Amino acid sequence: MNVTLPLDRVEPRDRERVGGKGYALARMARQGLPVPAALLITAEAYRHYIRGTGIGEAIALEINRKIAGEMRWEEMWDAALRIRNLFLRTPLPGGLRDGLARAIEESFRGVAVVVRSSAPGEDSATASFAGLHESFVNVRGTEAILDHIRLVWASLWSDAALLYRRELGLDIATSTMAVIVQEIVAGDRSGVAFSVSPGEPSRSVIEAVHGLNQGLVDGSVEPDRWVLDRSSGRILTHRPATREKAVYAADSGVDVRPLPAALAGTPPLAPEEVHLVFRTVLDVEQFFGSPQDMEWTIRSGSLYILQARPVTAGGPDGDQRAWYLTLRRSLENLKALRQEVEGRWIPAMTSDARALAGVDPAALSDEGLAAEIERRRSLLDKWTGVYYAHFIPLAHGIRLFGQAYNDALRPADPYEFMDLLGGTEMISLERNRLLARMAGRIRENPQLAQSLRQGARAGVDGAFDADVETFSRTFGDLGCGTDRCFSGHDALFGLLLRMAEAPPVRERFDAGEIEARREAFLSCFAGEARQRAAEILDLGRASYRLRDNDNIHLGKIEGALLAAVDEGKRRLGRTLGGAASALSAEETARALRDPAWRPQGAIPQREGKGPDSALRARQLRGQPAGPGVARGPARVITGPGDLLEIRAGEILVCDAIDPNMTFAVPLAAGIVERRGGMLIHGAIIAREYGIPCVTGIPGAAELIRTGDRVSVDGWLGIVTIEGQPSL
Amino acid sequence: MEEMENLRNRLDAMLRSQRLAVLSTTGAGGAPYGNLVSFAPLGAGRLLFATTRETRKYENLRADARVALLVDNRRGVEADFHEALAATALGRAVELTGKDREEGIAVYITKFPFLEEFVRAPSCALFRVEVERWIVVTRFQNVIEVTPLP
Repeated sequence: MNVTLPLDRVEPRDRERVGGKGYALARMARQGLPVPAALLITAEAYRHYIRGTGIGEAIALEINRKIAGEMRWEEMWDAALRIRNLFLRTPLPGGLRDGLARAIEESFRGVAVVVRSSAPGEDSATASFAGLHESFVNVRGTEAILDHIRLVWASLWSDAALLYRRELGLDIATSTMAVIVQEIVAGDRSGVAFSVSPGEPSRSVIEAVHGLNQGLVDGSVEPDRWVLDRSSGRILTHRPATREKAVYAADSGVDVRPLPAALAGTPPLAPEEVHLVFRTVLDVEQFFGSPQDMEWTIRSGSLYILQARPVTAGGPDGDQRAWYLTLRRSLENLKALRQEVEGRWIPAMTSDARALAGVDPAALSDEGLAAEIERRRSLLDKWTGVYYAHFIPLAHGIRLFGQAYNDALRPADPYEFMDLLGGTEMISLERNRLLARMAGRIRENPQLAQSLRQGARAGVDGAFDADVETFSRTFGDLGCGTDRCFSGHDALFGLLLRMAEAPPVRERFDAGEIEARREAFLSCFAGEARQRAAEILDLGRASYRLRDNDNIHLGKIEGALLAAVDEGKRRLGRTLGGAASALSAEETARALRDPAWRPQGAIPQREGKGPDSALRARQLRGQPAGPGVARGPARVITGPGDLLEIRAGEILVCDAIDPNMTFAVPLAAGIVERRGGMLIHGAIIAREYGIPCVTGIPGAAELIRTGDRVSVDGWLGIVTIEGQPSL
Repeated sequence: MEEMENLRNRLDAMLRSQRLAVLSTTGAGGAPYGNLVSFAPLGAGRLLFATTRETRKYENLRADARVALLVDNRRGVEADFHEALAATALGRAVELTGKDREEGIAVYITKFPFLEEFVRAPSCALFRVEVERWIVVTRFQNVIEVTPLP
């Protein structure tokens, strides 16, 4: 079986085997256009690997865990992470490996290469996969090249690629991938060129940076941009960049470095070079007979075409590809985002929350309260918007670290990297530690326990009272940010008494263990790479911590809104009776202003014809999110009161744990959540305490009833419902 | 959840399209025994199958009417792991006689016209399984119990 083809041996019938990008390179090479030497690895190699190792069905099982429509994008992350690990840990079958190694050695003889994707059907006139599949720049040595071929194959199953193919309605089961192994051209200037500007058909666009074009492609280096008139070739505009950084080849891979001052003041291209790139992209367009998007580089005055593909008919904004591309973020991009979140958004959000806490809704007039409810509503909307726009994207820092960890150590458990994120200072963990300390005092002081049980509030144990005071001041009421807040300390004392009855719960790792694991990770790297690895870990930890803390802050703002709404409902209860409790924030404000306003009645539900059988879930498959197996009675959370009822040893079943609910986690023996994904809060906290956890069970809180005997298999992501003990 | 809503339809379609099921019975000393039988569904709660009387399964059923019947739609390929539906019926098998047997044969030969001679033979017994519960497996590890309603 021949699974490699040099550029000059590619025939028209090979188009499907080598993919559109590889085919275009071969045609340009034959035409005498300046393309680097390359070896094409055909799609048969991919299929041989998938079939020969049996990982094809393992992938199918991953992406068919549930029907696609029920899979959240965070679950796609997880499935993609597990699939990528499959590729990392599954070696090439011997015959295939030897064939590829021989061809690579003959073609490159130790020269560094770029390993690029070239999926058949990837680039057509209607859809562009540009940037969705991976390319690796500056890979040296046969073993490393073979490894990176597998990583390019794996990128066929990245979450971004999966989501995009789902949107386009492509059959993911038949997807395949060819690979281009191309001699690296370490250009001093690089960029992209569009023979036809996606927005303006009479113009061409050229973008250029100093160094390699990876920074331009992933958005971390801003390019200079020229717009030209297509017919005359005249430069219409030149928009210079703030030239600060450039990407250069490192020992292996690439580095972003500050640009030397001499280059920072110079555009990457002189006007005659802009014209050279322009003429080349027009040649390429003429050769292929359609508008082209071309990546190029200039080394020592010579221009090379790195790849070319048709400009997508709809233009770059024609579909959601741009959004899916945001699922892949560079270290540079995330570091900037982190600075923005930590330096700007979190302080502003905390300050808003503090300001709200200073206004007592009970002291306001009805009109003043209505205005305050509206103010708090709009603040909550604003911060929820910031949360989606800035805080959630920062979670990609965890992914970036996870990928670096898995690439370096190739662990059997693809989530092992999360242990290294543990022990970071998260507000919900601090809150749980304070709760544990208060429960400890109750455990040691029978007189305190007795007095709390009898409804006494304070005065038995001064240190305990001080902790209660600190707790209320620092964390507010338990349960704020779920559906509503609880007033007073009864809920807190109830929880503490139950915690005191159970043995103390420990966090999984102490600082020493985490330090040892950190060193194990960093020792895989040397020199600059080690520095970069440390930065990635630091970013991962920051995103992990923020992922938890940002919700707590948002919870405070939500709590403030609910407190104002509750006060409004209390007042409205005098005129509206029970109907007041069902009002939304907007309706509450409206009713406070207009005493004559009445809410609309509820719509009665219709009953359908009954089915001929009854269904009961026995075993449900979700995502493994915290290793271990647990059994126990279920505590299903459908309202805020349920959470405070939790007892030690129960299985916590809920729609989604938000960080404001995590105080209940140390009491739980296991956790089941509807919302799926590894990076959701329930999973993060479960892992901190070593509690088995399964996420992504559709309808978990409806299919399971409180008291059902449930088992949670956090290794495989399976929940088994034994049924009611007395049935 | 959507999966559960579709489950009745998928189960029903499979019972109509599949022809063979694995019948499990209990032999002497509680030893398990399994074999293939042709079957025809009668709504969600009942199934028909036929066997000659000089067989192990017939002997087993005379002593213990409890059965498990496995029906599935696997194709014998790797993709079965994520695609196949498997349903196990738990219940009791009752041998039909007289008018019940005639009505049952009419249903049975609608599905298996080529087995008419076999099922009408005096040496062939027609059984009706009263299903207490179906245990239905999808996507390798999702398990839903379906209880037929009277």
